[in-house]
Amino acid sequence: MGGLVAEGPGLRLDLDVFDYLILAIYFATVLGIGFAARRAITSSSDFFLSGRSMPAWVTGIAFVSANLGALEIIGMAANGAQYGLMTLHYYWIGAVPAMVFLGIVMMPFYYGSKVRSVPEFLRRRFNTPTHLLNAVIFAIAQVLIAGVNLYALALILDALLNWPLWLSIVIGAAIVLTYISIGGLSSAIYNEVLQFFVILAGLLPLTIVGLVKVGGIDGLFDKVRNSDLGDAALHTWQGTANSGNPLGANWIGIVFGLGFVLSFGYWTTNFAEVQRALSAKDMSAARRTPIIGAFPKLLIPAVTVIPGLVAVVTVKGLGASSGDLTYNNSIPLLMRDLLPNGVLGVAVTGLVASFMAGMAANVSGFNTVFTYDLWQTYVRKGRSDEYYLRVGRWATVGGIIISIGTAFIASGYDNIMNYIQALFSLINAPLFATFIVGMFWKRMSAPAGFWSLLLGTLSSLTLYLLYLGDVVKFNSDLSESFWGAGLAFTTAVVVAVLVTLVTKPKPENDLRGLVYGLAGTSTSGDAVLAADKVWWRNPALLGGIAVVLALLLYIPVW
Amino acid sequence: MTEDEELKKRSAAAKLFDIRRVIGALFVVYGVIVTLLGIFDNQSEIDKASGVRINLWMGLAMLALGGVFLAWQWWRPPVPPTDEDLRTSDETPTGT
Repeated sequence: MGGLVAEGPGLRLDLDVFDYLILAIYFATVLGIGFAARRAITSSSDFFLSGRSMPAWVTGIAFVSANLGALEIIGMAANGAQYGLMTLHYYWIGAVPAMVFLGIVMMPFYYGSKVRSVPEFLRRRFNTPTHLLNAVIFAIAQVLIAGVNLYALALILDALLNWPLWLSIVIGAAIVLTYISIGGLSSAIYNEVLQFFVILAGLLPLTIVGLVKVGGIDGLFDKVRNSDLGDAALHTWQGTANSGNPLGANWIGIVFGLGFVLSFGYWTTNFAEVQRALSAKDMSAARRTPIIGAFPKLLIPAVTVIPGLVAVVTVKGLGASSGDLTYNNSIPLLMRDLLPNGVLGVAVTGLVASFMAGMAANVSGFNTVFTYDLWQTYVRKGRSDEYYLRVGRWATVGGIIISIGTAFIASGYDNIMNYIQALFSLINAPLFATFIVGMFWKRMSAPAGFWSLLLGTLSSLTLYLLYLGDVVKFNSDLSESFWGAGLAFTTAVVVAVLVTLVTKPKPENDLRGLVYGLAGTSTSGDAVLAADKVWWRNPALLGGIAVVLALLLYIPVW
Repeated sequence: MTEDEELKKRSAAAKLFDIRRVIGALFVVYGVIVTLLGIFDNQSEIDKASGVRINLWMGLAMLALGGVFLAWQWWRPPVPPTDEDLRTSDETPTGT
């Protein structure tokens, strides 16, 4: 076995005709979904919000799948290999509470106010400048991230299948373009649901064979204990009294930094996620969307973190700073070493699917915000719905062409995961602060919304630039994005309070349905609870179960 | 009037298309391919997967998953929308 690994030509996989058949069938199905969804589109709302007709299990799986991009899978397996079980924090405390909070507390405002996007919510809660600022930042961020996904897809296809970079970028872009521009959000959501199962079918054999190889969970833990990672890599909370643990973060940082600012910022205000819930068929389904998504989220580390640990004990020399043996290659290396043709084809398909899932989420978020929030609001008002549907299709084409450009920009960075983390701390942390204050404090004025968002973003951008320019020092990039997020959050809250104190509040009537404690017609208790009469559809109960399960799962690995 | 007709047409089209059938069909096809590969796997392929007949097992599992989705769709076919569904589903925000 060892000889085989050493002689292998880098990461190259030996795909046979059946593996390619499996990949080709998948591409055909994805495009077929686009064409089938096209028949269901006659209005712009169908295109951008799936006509608000999706059942909760579909939007729930799409919700988690939009987050299950390949960067996430490859990155989390890499973290598993590098930091051990502390990576579980990203799944449990770093995701589940925020998803449940979104479903129980925030969704009534989003769905009930009938806004079509997160920036539109800001326009109604605050004012037009806040809206414009957020819409522009969001649109830019989405095409940047879509470009990163595209570039990462190309890198993987180059390493595994020896496809030239430009060819993979063009093929990936063409497929996503085809199915979104013809099928709109329905097509993106249906494909995300399909991708979810294909991704799992690709990762599962890797986990099973990997565990058999190292002698089951016990064998794996024994081997990790005797490896360089040591016993510390088998605990999540033990050793977090100070920062002397693999992750280098103490429990305060984990709970407030990761579990609160970063996680709530990402899950509750990221429109690429929230959009899935807005397409649900009714309020109850919209509220259950992130909560249904939380259940698979609890279990996904079994097929990402465990393979990461298997890789660290079976692949000799893993953890090199460059070349084929970087942590980022944990999953591709295991695929090469463990999977025979057949499931290998499924695994490659799953990886390709996950790149397209990530990119499709970015592109469908981008075209909605571009069309409704920028074009319709500031450029061409009051045209026919058909007109905006056409703009949406062109926005998709434009967004993808720009992504191809940003993919080549991303190719200039050697660590794309850190680039992504920095983007999140810049965009999501201040937005979340503005949101949470505005949602719970009805006195907060319109100018306060604008200034808190602007100064929050600028504060974390300044810190990031100072860090890049070596003026301010941090232990790691991760630590920079955590402090950047914390700074942005604090700045935004402080500015919100200060500006509010010297400006006039918005009239209460304008805030009905948008602010906690000022119920509108659609967010009154009865309207929210109407569809929740059956106990197994009650968001609060389902959310409670998800949080309790997360706590229970921590016990064996505390 | 025309909008109403369009609405009906749209919802009818939406109902013709059920993601469960797509997932079911894809996984049945994958299941068949991978199971057949698994039956004819040679020893070196089994050795590569640490002695697990992974193609066979995953093939059967995917076949079962596909079957579950098809059975679910057959057991609970999509219901045609009622008039009320059509009205409420078109309460699209106009966004002033």
